Amino acid sequence: MSERRQRIWAPILILVALVILWEGLVTAFNIQQFLLPKPTAIVGNLVQVVVVGSATSGDAEEEASLGNRFLVVLPGGLSPERQAVLEASRWLSFPLGSRDVFVLRGSNFMPILAASWFTLKEALGGMAMGTVAGIAVALATTRWAASREALLPFAIAANSMPIIAFAPIMNNWFGIDNPFSKMAIVTIMIFFPIMINTVRGLTSVDSRSLELMHSYAASDSEILMKLRIPNALPSLFSGLKVAGALAMIGAIVGEYFGGPRIALGVFITQEAALFRFATAWAAILVACLLGIAIYLVILLAERLALPWHQTFRA
Amino acid sequence: MTGPVVILDNVEKIFGEGASDQVHALKEINLQIEENEFISLIGPSGCGKSTLLRVVGDLIQPSSGVATVNGKSANQARLDQDYGIVFQAATLYDWRTVAKNVQLPLELMQYSRSEKELRTQAMLELVELTDFASHYPWQLSGGMQQRVAIARALSFEPSILLMDEPFGALDEMTRERLNLELLSIWRKTDTTVLFVTHSITEAVFLSTRVIVMSARPGRITADIAIDLPQPRNADTRSSVRFFELETQVREELRISEGGQEPERKPA
Ligand SMILES: Nc1ncnc2c1ncn2[C@@H]1O[C@H](COP(=O)(O)OP(=O)(O)O)[C@@H](O)[C@H]1O
Ligand SMILES: [Mg+2]
Repeated sequence: MSERRQRIWAPILILVALVILWEGLVTAFNIQQFLLPKPTAIVGNLVQVVVVGSATSGDAEEEASLGNRFLVVLPGGLSPERQAVLEASRWLSFPLGSRDVFVLRGSNFMPILAASWFTLKEALGGMAMGTVAGIAVALATTRWAASREALLPFAIAANSMPIIAFAPIMNNWFGIDNPFSKMAIVTIMIFFPIMINTVRGLTSVDSRSLELMHSYAASDSEILMKLRIPNALPSLFSGLKVAGALAMIGAIVGEYFGGPRIALGVFITQEAALFRFATAWAAILVACLLGIAIYLVILLAERLALPWHQTFRA
Repeated sequence: MTGPVVILDNVEKIFGEGASDQVHALKEINLQIEENEFISLIGPSGCGKSTLLRVVGDLIQPSSGVATVNGKSANQARLDQDYGIVFQAATLYDWRTVAKNVQLPLELMQYSRSEKELRTQAMLELVELTDFASHYPWQLSGGMQQRVAIARALSFEPSILLMDEPFGALDEMTRERLNLELLSIWRKTDTTVLFVTHSITEAVFLSTRVIVMSARPGRITADIAIDLPQPRNADTRSSVRFFELETQVREELRISEGGQEPERKPA
C-alpha cells in the first residue's frame, strides 16, 4: 500500500531535512557548541565513519584526534599501527575505490550504552510494578463498587500532581544509589494512569452487553472474565502508552536528583557540568530513542493481543 | 410443557421516584403466550414495549404483578437459561470471532467442547454464515451481524426467544430476507417468540398474534389473531387477507393513540 509507505517515509524525510537544517544553521551562524552542538558532533559520540586515504604517508598524530566528529578523513595509507587502532572499535569496514571505510563505535558509545541499560532497567522495573499495582487496585475497585466511588476522585487528583517532585524523598527513603529509589518514582508515576484507564475500561461496559450476560444467568466472575476484562484491554493499552512515556522521564529525572555514576541521568548532568555538551546531547538522544522503543514495543504487544482492535484505527 | 409459556398477571412498572418524574411504563398488563406462538408487540415509541420484554426476561422487576414463565417465576426461568435475547444492536463482543460469539452462551452453560463445536457449526449453517466463522464482527455487514446475534440466541435452544426490534436498524431488503429466515428458523426449532417492532407489515407477516400497545401509561389496547396460512412466504404479503389484517392493526394503533398516525418505521 503506497499510502502506508507514504505514512512511514514522510516523517523520516522531514526528520532528515530538519537535521540538515540544524547542521547548516549551526555552521553558518557559528553557534557555540555549549548552546547547540551540531548533529554530527552529537552522533559522533556514538558512531564514527573513518575514511582512510591512500595518497601520502601516515601521520600517527591523526589517530589521537579522532575526537567526536562523525566523519573523519585520514590522509595516508593503512599502516599496521593505524589498522590496530581502528580494528579495536570497528563495527564494519569495506573498501571504497582506493580508500578504506571504517564504521567505528564512537568514543562514548560504551559508557552511554551501559548507562542506558542501567536506567532502562529502572524504568522497566518501575513500569512493571506500577502496572501490576494499577491493575490490581482497578480490579479491586470494580469488585467493590463503593471503594471505586471513594477512590476515583483521589486517583484523578493524584494523577494531575507533579509526582516527580517526590524524587528527592524517594532517594532519601531507599538510598540514592539504590535503583529501587528510581523504580519507586516510576511506579508511583505510572500507577495512576494505569489504574484510571483500567477502571474506565472495566466499568464502561455497554448496558446491552451486560443484559445479555444477565439473560444467560452469568455470575459476576464470568462477567468479569468474559466481558469486563476484554472490554478493558484497549483502554489498559492506552494507559500503558502514557506510562511508557512517563517511565523514562521518571527514571532520568529521578537520577538528576542524584544516583550512581553509571546512571544515564547522572551521566547527562556530569557531562553537561564538564562542558561536554555534545556527549550530554548524545546521551539524551539515546534516552529519546529508548522512550520511542518502549512505545513501539507496547504498540506491537497491543497489535498481538488485540487483533480485533486494529481496524478501529485503520 | 402444558399450559401457557408466559403469563403476565396484572403487571405494572413505574420508573422513577417522586410524583413529578414518575413514568408509568406499564399498567395492568395481562397477557398469556402459548407454546410455539409468535407474538409481536407494536405501539408508539416509549409505550413500554422494551420494558414489557425486559419484565418477561427478568432483566427488570415489575413494580407489582407477577410474571410466570414455563410454570415458574421469571427469575427462575432466567437462572434456568430459558431465554434467548436479540436486541436492535447486534451486541456482539468485538474481541470474539463470529464462531466464538455464537459459543458465548454455550461456554457459560458448560457445554462440552465437542458439543460446542457441533452446535456452533449447526447454528452458522442455519443463518448461512459458515464461511465467516473466523471473521470478527467489524468485518460483517449489519444484517450479517444480526444473523450472528440470532445464531447466538438460538445456540442453546432456549424455550423463549425475546427480540427487541431486531431488524429495526436494517434496510428494507435485508429486513424482508431476515424475516423469512427467522420464520424458517422458528418453524424448525419450536421456540416461542416475543418480538417487538414498529413495523405493521413486519408484525403481520411474522406473527400468529399482534399485541397493540398505547403510551402513557403503557397498556395493551388490542390483541389481534393473525390467521394467515403457514408457512408464510413472499406471496403472503400480496394476499387480500394480509392487507385486511394490516389495515386492522393500523386502525387499532390509531385508536390507541387517540386518532393520531402511528409512528412510521424509520426510512
Ligand atoms: N431504566 C429506565 N428508567 C427510567 N425510565 C425508563 C427506563 N426505561 C424506560 N423508561 C421509560 O419508560 C417508558 C417506556 O420505555 P420503553 O419500554 O423503552 O418503550 P419502547 O420500547 O416502547 O419504545 C419510556 O417513557 C421510557 O422513557
Ligand atoms: Mg424499545
